[in-house]
Amino acid sequence: MPVNTDAIGKTLAPKTYAVGREKIREFAEAVGETDPLHLDVEAARAAGYADVVAPPMFCVVYSLQAVWPGLFDEEIGIDFAHMVHGGQEFRWGELVVAGDEITTVAKLNDVTEKRGNGFYVFETTSTNQRGEPVCTGLWTNIVRGV
Amino acid sequence: MRLVQPGDELPGVQLTPDRYLTVRYAGASGDFNPIHIDEEFARQVGLPGRILHGLYTMAQVARANTEAGGGPASLKRLTVQFRGMGVPEVELTVTGTVTEVRDDGTVVTECSCGQDGKRIIRAAEAELRLQP
Repeated sequence: MPVNTDAIGKTLAPKTYAVGREKIREFAEAVGETDPLHLDVEAARAAGYADVVAPPMFCVVYSLQAVWPGLFDEEIGIDFAHMVHGGQEFRWGELVVAGDEITTVAKLNDVTEKRGNGFYVFETTSTNQRGEPVCTGLWTNIVRGV
Repeated sequence: MRLVQPGDELPGVQLTPDRYLTVRYAGASGDFNPIHIDEEFARQVGLPGRILHGLYTMAQVARANTEAGGGPASLKRLTVQFRGMGVPEVELTVTGTVTEVRDDGTVVTECSCGQDGKRIIRAAEAELRLQP
């Protein structure tokens, strides 16, 4: 069955995420970060930041929620149960610190089929409360056996 | 700094994600795909069992780069392909090498993440701005 490409270009509803100090710590600890900038407010302030600094891969926390509805969007038509993550790119701008509010827009950039698998590529663009770019992402999801 | 010319190696990262790591990462990241947290579901959809989140494995590659680059501000770009499925309770090893130092000071690295003799991330490329 060929993949449905009609939804290419579809933009999903923007999501705004309020970055909390304990969420940064929780994430940093889950991935094994030991840099005090992520864990210790005083260390972060001494280094010139307003609060604890998010590790770069914290971008998953604020941008995934903008992509997630796309995985269940009927027009896009992903078979979620057979989806695996094929590839990922992130580019980072300004650092994110606790207290920031990050708005992310996700768009379906491409849908292709290769050797019986469907490839769905989403792009996310995340900016902080000052309008500064903090992260862009390219998310390649593979649906096995479309 | 160690990362000054092509061929220089990153110190790398080694760790063994414990049995419940995928549950903690699901909670921390918001990615609750049951293939990572539900053994039975994972088997039903044809996987060997619960698998690590690719983005968790990518976070280990990111950490190898930021630890070598001087902190979170050093990492400007990272791109990975997930080429195998990682599993809990088996050691992960991230290794990397500088491939290029550009005129503007950007250091490019190539990294991989291995587990049990297989590379589950290979040819990951990062761009770093080394921090003092």
